Amino acid sequence: MNALLELLLRSVFLDNLALSFFLGMCTFLAVSKRVDTAFGVGLAMLVVQTVTIPLNNLIYTWLLAPGALAWAGLGEVDLSFLRLIAFIGVIAAMVQVLEMTLEFHVPKLYRALGIFLPLITVNCAILGGSLFMVERSYSFTESVVYGFGSGLGWALAIVMFAAIRERLKYADIPQGLQGLGMNFIVAGIMSLGFMAFAGMG
Amino acid sequence: MQGSNWRILTRPLIDENPLTLQILGICSALAITTSLDTALLMSVVVVCVLACGSAAVSLIRRQLPRSVRIIVQITIIATLVIVVDQILQAFAYELSKRLSVFVGLIITNCIVLGRAEGYAMHNGVVASTLDGIGNGLGYALILIIVGAIREFFGKGSLLNVQILLPVSQGGGFEPLHLMLLPPSAFFIIGGIIWYIRRKRPQQVEEPEFTLRSPRQEAK
Amino acid sequence: MSETIAIDSTRRALGVALTVAFVCALLVSAVAVGLRPLQKANVEAERIAQLELVLVALSDIGRSLSVDGLEARIVELGSGVYDDAIDVATFDAAAAAGKPGTSDAIPADLDVAGIKRRAQHARVYLVRNPADRIELIILPVYGRGYQSTLRAWLVLDGDTRTVRALKFYQHGETPGVGARIDEPAWEAQWRDLSAYDDDGVLRIGVRLHAGADDYSAYKVDGISGATRTAQGVDGMMRFWLGEFGFAPYLRRIHEEQADAG
Repeated sequence: MNALLELLLRSVFLDNLALSFFLGMCTFLAVSKRVDTAFGVGLAMLVVQTVTIPLNNLIYTWLLAPGALAWAGLGEVDLSFLRLIAFIGVIAAMVQVLEMTLEFHVPKLYRALGIFLPLITVNCAILGGSLFMVERSYSFTESVVYGFGSGLGWALAIVMFAAIRERLKYADIPQGLQGLGMNFIVAGIMSLGFMAFAGMG
Repeated sequence: MQGSNWRILTRPLIDENPLTLQILGICSALAITTSLDTALLMSVVVVCVLACGSAAVSLIRRQLPRSVRIIVQITIIATLVIVVDQILQAFAYELSKRLSVFVGLIITNCIVLGRAEGYAMHNGVVASTLDGIGNGLGYALILIIVGAIREFFGKGSLLNVQILLPVSQGGGFEPLHLMLLPPSAFFIIGGIIWYIRRKRPQQVEEPEFTLRSPRQEAK
Repeated sequence: MSETIAIDSTRRALGVALTVAFVCALLVSAVAVGLRPLQKANVEAERIAQLELVLVALSDIGRSLSVDGLEARIVELGSGVYDDAIDVATFDAAAAAGKPGTSDAIPADLDVAGIKRRAQHARVYLVRNPADRIELIILPVYGRGYQSTLRAWLVLDGDTRTVRALKFYQHGETPGVGARIDEPAWEAQWRDLSAYDDDGVLRIGVRLHAGADDYSAYKVDGISGATRTAQGVDGMMRFWLGEFGFAPYLRRIHEEQADAG
């Protein structure tokens, strides 16, 4: 239990996908002009991440890993080189399913998310999360916790970033630095801040 | 024709650089630039994937129905990345291990999909290939600058050749450890953007609104 | 302007998708299979290069050797006996640790190194003197650090108690803090440290808390600002020198040497 709690806190703060590993940066920098849109993207990421990482874990453990196909009598087969395309397939399918589910069951949320939902398919944070899960050999339970935590961390980061950007509108920034340049610097300072969580736990 | 092809190739270098203007391909630019050799290798890989990917998509663009467009593009790009990953593991094993998951992440590198969908789907093979190479080179340019700065100030070396001897090895250079940490990449790219926009004022983003000055209020 | 004039029918979509999938699959399989021998050779070369790092550690303590001067043996960790049925040259420790059939899950409370599973066998290297007594035992150890897996060679004296060297050959810790575990000054602390006390209890580790405790003579100093990495090193050492690691093997060697006189 303790280990899972530590994993959760780690994945939200210390191993923050946006600010420590720079995954999903394109969306992070481009879609964070307002807090409400940032919240929408963050929420979408959270849901997709929580679903795809455990799912990919199952697929990797039972189909792709070296020796995974032992249950089918093919213990010598090593399909791990297919993981990239398998994960992307799962993610694309999951986003499609989520889109359809939301459209019919929670239309308000569906409208709020808008265009951001399909954009998540190619968000490196989602694929990166799955690849890290493989690299660190997480179990299924750990994958669920890691999926939730990493999604939450990313969402937290983008909402905070949007809040700062909104405030920056009132600041007198040099012309060349306005917009993208300042965003990079703010993200850098936030990243430094998140490193302070290193001593935690 | 030659002139416009040259434009396609060079436009993404500074005027429409994917990293500093289009906001594409950021993730890997920040993560693997702690040393120049990984930055160089990543650049080469991305240029290859971009060139081949855009060419392939452009080749089949007339046969590709809209409904499966994106997934087919992703399949082609994913295939190229897997092939490149296998080649790296065979011919540059040590470097490939340092790149770790980021080679796989090229599949989701926004530049690749962005140019495939945004350019290769609507243009001929030659133009698409050149566009792919151009964007790859623009990406490479920023990566190399950042990688060089970070490695030089963070370790005192370039391409693993020690130029300044750090204190821990008996020299006089106190390395800036911040350079080897994530935030430095943000700051350096921010600085590069600032510099580019001073040279190309047309890239400066206009603020959404300007504040009224107190003097106007008082009137 | 869009030039796509493809007819958007289900049949066509399916046809294009399947064709692309087939071509891509062909390409990927051909490359993967074709390049496999080269990749295997690279893995082997890396193993040799890592081994040569241990030779650097040995030359630091005044013993210069070549890779050929090392005797490689496969040890079954649970019992501590040699297992000569497994081919020493092709044994892949990392792969064995990943497969359920060739590895054991470590109970959570014993898993101080954070590695979850450990292979049932390990490849160790021995250095013998001309009288055939074991002078040095080289053990591969690894554990979870702060943000990466720490891998090191642990060189023990033939008395199976004293550390002669600890050489990290792979880690991804924070530069300037955790990464300092591979600096010569820090690695030198491990030299001549006794792993076990006079009663044979495992005492070795990294000093993690301020203030002396009874066994601080068996510990090395941590690195300021690198608590998590130091904890990782501490856990790694305690695991591999403990009952689930090499302790059964070391005990057996000790008895063997004592019997031989």
